[in-house]
Amino acid sequence: MSTGHVLLGLLSRGQQHGYDLKAGHDALFPSARPMAYGQVYAALTRLRDRGLIEEAAVERAGGPERTTYRLTPAGRDELEVWMSAAEHPPSEVNNPLATKLNVALVAGGPDEGALFLRRQRSAHTARMRDHTQTKRAADATLTQVLAADYALSHLDADVRWIDDALARLGEITREVTP
Amino acid sequence: MSTTPLIATGLRHAYGNRPALAGIDLRIEPGDFVVITGASGSGKSTLLHALAGVIVPDAGSVRFGDVSVSGASEEARSALRRTRFGVLFQFGQLVEELTAVENVALPLLLGGMPRRTAEARAGEWLGRVGVAEVAGQVPGELSGGQAQRVALARALVSEADILFADEPTGALDSLAAEAVMDLLSELNADLGATIVLVTHEPRVAAYGRTEVHLRDGRIDTLSSYGQDDVIAQALR
Ligand SMILES: Nc1ncnc2c1ncn2[C@@H]1O[C@H](COP(=O)(O)OP(=O)(O)OP(=O)(O)O)[C@@H](O)[C@H]1O
Ligand SMILES: [Mg+2]
Repeated sequence: MSTGHVLLGLLSRGQQHGYDLKAGHDALFPSARPMAYGQVYAALTRLRDRGLIEEAAVERAGGPERTTYRLTPAGRDELEVWMSAAEHPPSEVNNPLATKLNVALVAGGPDEGALFLRRQRSAHTARMRDHTQTKRAADATLTQVLAADYALSHLDADVRWIDDALARLGEITREVTP
Repeated sequence: MSTTPLIATGLRHAYGNRPALAGIDLRIEPGDFVVITGASGSGKSTLLHALAGVIVPDAGSVRFGDVSVSGASEEARSALRRTRFGVLFQFGQLVEELTAVENVALPLLLGGMPRRTAEARAGEWLGRVGVAEVAGQVPGELSGGQAQRVALARALVSEADILFADEPTGALDSLAAEAVMDLLSELNADLGATIVLVTHEPRVAAYGRTEVHLRDGRIDTLSSYGQDDVIAQALR
């Protein structure tokens, strides 16, 4: 995720200063790490240097001076292009479970491989249960529910893969241990 | 809520010479939410049917308190299924000639409840499973997912001690499946209903508290998520 594009998106609501943007980011992504001020100001400087945002006003209400920013027409165009472009679906998905399975088969044989897969299955299903509880909590927001659903879909795919691998353990062992 | 455990000992069953259950011992505590998982053909439905008294296993026993489920007569087992157990079959098995609401009311009518009361209660359960609008339709006019929920309502309508459900979400999209699983979780948590559910979907299994994972008619792994930190155990 590009911090710059998130800030452009937040600025489409109207001119804001760094603090508003940080708060806006944290509210939009409650389960992500809160954005650090340093990160906000660094990103704002880059966006300004590229002409995507500009200073709208400098406030000095008692405390330190605070600059508010607004989108430029170029910034709005950049946002439109980014928003409407599909993200690249990954062409290869890194599978650390397959790596460990193959090593277990080479170093320990099919029993070792099966042991690893069973343990992994338990760990995955326990994690899936945690996410299920999270999303069923009475105070879960829809954003949290969807985040849990995303994690669940990925874990679900892993568990199905584990089951397929367990069912074909003999064949895989013959293939990786010639 | 019942306080009676369901105890299966040494269950074996074969269809012809093909073994489906090869020695299963299992104790289901009252109020538990048990999911039975495993590959296609691993014996999930057969185990569920033996536990619910739908079939009598070749060997072994199933006891529910002082009732021998596996030793009971056909009539005694169907009475048990009308009163203490609710059963949802993998392939619905609705009565084709009856409307959805009449199908759901059936167990209540067989138990002697007056038709009007039974159909009112049946209508409420159709609403809870999210298909109130199909009450007057016969099974031939229902989508697969609607039929499955009507069959679920019929399994729930008697408010039995134990619900046995075979793939209750198999025909549902993920949001409808989630609604059904939320409903079952509420019945389990709020009313203390014991649930024994067969599924091949990991996401559905994640609603359970105890998972019985079958492989070739045997229990491959039995995991319980109570106080135990299963992740820590698995990563140990
Ligand atoms: N009525 C039957 N007649 C003959 N064989 C049967 C019958 N029912 C099940 N079997 C066999 O018994 C074994 C276990 O079947 P079961 O229906 O219990 O599996 P399952 O785990 O529920 O599978 P699925 O996920 O496909 O529903 C399979 O080998 C199946 O072919
Ligand atoms: Mg089955």
